[in-house]
Amino acid sequence: MADVALQPDSVGAAQPVRKRSGLKKALKRKSTAAFLMTLPLIILIALLVLYPAFYSLHLATLNKSMQRFVGLGNFEFLFKRDTFWLVVKQSCIFAITAVLFKALIGFIVAHFVHNIPAKGQRKWRGMLLVPWVIPPAMSTLAWLWLFDPSYSAFNYTLSFFGIGPIPWTGDADWARFSVILVNVWYGAPFFMIMYLASLKSVPEQLYEAAAIDGANWWQRIWYVTLPMMRNIIAITTLFSLIVTFANFDIVRILTAGGPLDHTHIFATWAFRIGIEGSDIPLGASVSLFMVPILAVAAIFILRDVNKRGNES
Amino acid sequence: MADVALRKVVKRYDDVEAVRGIDLDIADHEFIVLVGPSGCGKSTTLRMIAGLEDISDGDIMIGGDIVNDVPPKDRDIAMVFQNYALYPHMTVAENMSFGLRLKHYPKAEIKARVTEAARLLDITDLIDRKPKQLSGGQRQRVAMGRAIVRNPKVFLFDEPLSNLDAKLRVQMRIEIKKVHQKVRTTTVYVTHDQVEAMTLADRVVVMNKGRIEQIGTPNELYHRPATRFVAGFIGSPAMNFLPCRLEDVGGTLQIRLTDRIAFALPPARAARYNSLPRTDKLLLGLRPEHLTEAHAHLGPGVETFDTVLDVTEPMGMETLVYFVLEGTPVCGRVDPNAGAKDGAPMRLAMDLNNMHLLNEATGVVL
Repeated sequence: MADVALQPDSVGAAQPVRKRSGLKKALKRKSTAAFLMTLPLIILIALLVLYPAFYSLHLATLNKSMQRFVGLGNFEFLFKRDTFWLVVKQSCIFAITAVLFKALIGFIVAHFVHNIPAKGQRKWRGMLLVPWVIPPAMSTLAWLWLFDPSYSAFNYTLSFFGIGPIPWTGDADWARFSVILVNVWYGAPFFMIMYLASLKSVPEQLYEAAAIDGANWWQRIWYVTLPMMRNIIAITTLFSLIVTFANFDIVRILTAGGPLDHTHIFATWAFRIGIEGSDIPLGASVSLFMVPILAVAAIFILRDVNKRGNES
Repeated sequence: MADVALRKVVKRYDDVEAVRGIDLDIADHEFIVLVGPSGCGKSTTLRMIAGLEDISDGDIMIGGDIVNDVPPKDRDIAMVFQNYALYPHMTVAENMSFGLRLKHYPKAEIKARVTEAARLLDITDLIDRKPKQLSGGQRQRVAMGRAIVRNPKVFLFDEPLSNLDAKLRVQMRIEIKKVHQKVRTTTVYVTHDQVEAMTLADRVVVMNKGRIEQIGTPNELYHRPATRFVAGFIGSPAMNFLPCRLEDVGGTLQIRLTDRIAFALPPARAARYNSLPRTDKLLLGLRPEHLTEAHAHLGPGVETFDTVLDVTEPMGMETLVYFVLEGTPVCGRVDPNAGAKDGAPMRLAMDLNNMHLLNEATGVVL
């Protein structure tokens, strides 16, 4: 270990002197210095992430008035409620569908942008990133206005084709469609920019080699592009799955979980129960349900990434 | 296998002409090397043959068919790239068989071809490895294997040895030559390394500024260069060029290098150059091996002169000596035991039997 300062042990030195030199040694170690430098961040994370996480674990074991320890009572209660299972189902549909479409649209758009000559590419890249950089609460308000059943731009336009009026946020299925649509609109640029970066790192000669080997356009994507992008696809999917699963603002603003709880996902339902319904322990229990689901997904995806990282 | 022909092929990028109307006939089984400095258009020419670049004008024919608008996959060619371009997620066997799998060859035949190519290239043990687990030389073999299994009409090599270290480059050069002796596929090979060009080629095509300077066997290029560019490009160290002019003194033809130095031409050379106007500004082209230490007995056509050496470079089997002759830096090759020392005077001999005479203005070898 090169980072350990070599100091000859002074045999027979007095005890306090040895102690001080031990401290000096520890401070000289690179690992100690690194730890000290990251300490502010560690404290910040401990205060803002770890403490609330453990506190919510504690909260989930209390009764509604937070006076009595009920163990797993809150969870038992949740399992018996139909709304809970509806929320589980909706969260999964919302997250999986939205991530799937974000990835698909991001991939297609990234390809188009990649093929734009370098001169105009920056402009397009910038414009296509706009949905992602607008605070989602703001843009969702604009979408809410577009979805308005009576005066909205969408229904007005559709009326020319004899369609509608469509109850965008009033009907359960349309409301689910609407929240997913807005989430896809907001999140696809992130996939686009990640995939674009990944596309740019695929050596052009691999495509040329594939073209000479006889691969057509589709085979080049299937045999060259996708395998070369697998790690980025896996990591962005995982990342987006976590963020989408934990989404709050879009659903909250667009439908507030309605109609009749049919668009509630974990975060919005936890808010409804915990804050609006004043049952903080039950709300904490709901939000804790996201942890095991996301942990399993993370383990699977990261294990795959790791395996391929070692391979290639 | 097939012959390849280029007819007035032009490549333009916006208003820059990278290749300026070249004509080239490559015979079946021939190993042709395109050589030239960077930016001379050699790689562009190769990529046009491959179909990776469109041609702006002219025709390219493979096996007698015009392939101008035929996509790369239908030209029946195989290419080895400078950085190998192996698919990193596929094993060696998968890399080699990729083209055949896309064409839906029977599995048994794919296996047989891959096994045969692996045996030929001595990579049988590596067949299940990924490219990352291979050394540069091994990757190069796999890239060649990928080309061989396809059994194409033409092999195209784009500076395939540039990424290897000097020792491996020599080794792989011999491997490539051996492979060509076995499979005899028509080959077009691009390099900027004239040693590679000379050692590998049946014929070398020297390119400069988008044009072909000269086509010929390695020996022809070395001994009978057509232009100053070829004379200077082929051979290392490069040919020396000394300003001179012709003059008649007492019925014999002389070349005068300086006011002090003039040599009578050997009879064969005198006859060849006799018709040239005496007023032209000329260049005497002389390879370093024809500038050696002076021996006691000089053969006919060998002239001596005294100079002071600037720098000497002992190479082991020979010593390179650098000196200045009337303002022109010159390089010679002397015996390591000839006593050449930095800054020391030395008597050198010029073998005019191997001289070249060039027109200074046009650069044409006379």
